[in-house]
Amino acid sequence: MTVRVTLELPSVLADVAGGRRTLAVEMDRPDPTVGDLLDLVAGVHPHLVRRLRTESGQLRRHVNVYADGADVRGANGTATVLGQDAVVLVLPSVAGG
Amino acid sequence: MLAVGTKKGLFLGWSSDRDSWEWEGPHHSMAAVAAVAIDTRRSPARLMAGGRNEHWGPAVFTSDDRGRTWAEEPGGSISFPADADADVEQIWQLQPGPESRPDEVWAGVEPSALFRSEDGGRTFALVRSLWDHPHRPDWQPGAGGQCLHTVLPHPSDPARVMVAMSTGGVYVTEDAGASWNPSNRGVGAPFLPEAEVEYGQCVHKVVRDSEDPDLLMLQNHGGVFRSEDGGKSWQEAQEGLPAIFGFGLTRTPGPDGAFFLFPLSADMNRFPVGGRAGVYRSVDGGRAWSDSSTGLPESGFHTIVLRDALATDAADPAGVYLGTRSGEVWGSSDGGTRWNQLVSHLPDVLCVRAALLP
Repeated sequence: MTVRVTLELPSVLADVAGGRRTLAVEMDRPDPTVGDLLDLVAGVHPHLVRRLRTESGQLRRHVNVYADGADVRGANGTATVLGQDAVVLVLPSVAGG
Repeated sequence: MLAVGTKKGLFLGWSSDRDSWEWEGPHHSMAAVAAVAIDTRRSPARLMAGGRNEHWGPAVFTSDDRGRTWAEEPGGSISFPADADADVEQIWQLQPGPESRPDEVWAGVEPSALFRSEDGGRTFALVRSLWDHPHRPDWQPGAGGQCLHTVLPHPSDPARVMVAMSTGGVYVTEDAGASWNPSNRGVGAPFLPEAEVEYGQCVHKVVRDSEDPDLLMLQNHGGVFRSEDGGKSWQEAQEGLPAIFGFGLTRTPGPDGAFFLFPLSADMNRFPVGGRAGVYRSVDGGRAWSDSSTGLPESGFHTIVLRDALATDAADPAGVYLGTRSGEVWGSSDGGTRWNQLVSHLPDVLCVRAALLP
């Protein structure tokens, strides 16, 4: 079964995503997760995924990821399962000075 | 050329006479660039910057065209292997290896770990022997984080490397990294109850003499020390200093070179002594220090110089440069005798490196 997911990015990350803010991703596996999505995207846009998660696979502290509007940290993090036509939104949190 | 790493990016300064400078930047905007290196062993020189964006994490950037374009390894240059169960928080030091190994570059990171590159700083591998050291669980973070901030490869013996970390202290390998031993005898740890400890010191910076590789100078968290035996033992080197706390330390190269320090009043009072920008110079290997601050502000100076923000070039006479947390860079083109302000209103300066480029 192919699960289609849309990954939406902040404009500041477009330059490491081929100049795009929206990526359409098709995943050929049952019950794909946010982690699976990032693994797949990393194959095409490694600089992008490096900015979203650490080398051990954790979402970076000031990166928020919402799956269909819900913060994945309040669900199962990168193990959050994505449904058909899910929209995954990446937003930088408030940080810095 | 001056490379100035700041809290919000890298700035490059260019000058043909070291008096008049033109500035460009920020490169890597919004990344705290705590480590920068100008590798003049290759032609053209390679610039390396270790930055950490508050949102997007750490990265190493390299440029072979004087900063016009930058490369970043797709998967990241410096990463812990999966079984290390750690993530790189920040890159604190990028240090080219000896002349005999033109592709060797070292990196010190937070959490305290050493990485080595064999491809000129594009990709690095963890030095497992230090990461697996039985002392590592005892190394604790200082105020700036638990970082390995100093790497000193021996200029003529590639098997010998010294590192320093806060906290943890100085460690040395003499067998190309097969083993690492603490090298802190004589260096105090005033924040610990014991009078003497083998390791655990909060060493802020160590610099090697350019002529005698066994002569080293160390700015400790309370105390300045010198070693004449490659770090096997350390002796106080504080005569003439107005205070013994501080971070910045450097040495101008050549037989007539000198060590330079920027003392701060105390651990609990981290300001220049008396509100004065005081640089101190030693021309005798740290036996005595004298004021070398002509041209720097005499009063109202309440900013500090961080551990890698005091730097030199290889000209004759040598240039000496300092960057401040208030975004100023000052320079001396006569070996530290007289100082001029080179730029102001930058973000907090974290590190400075200088080089002569053709």
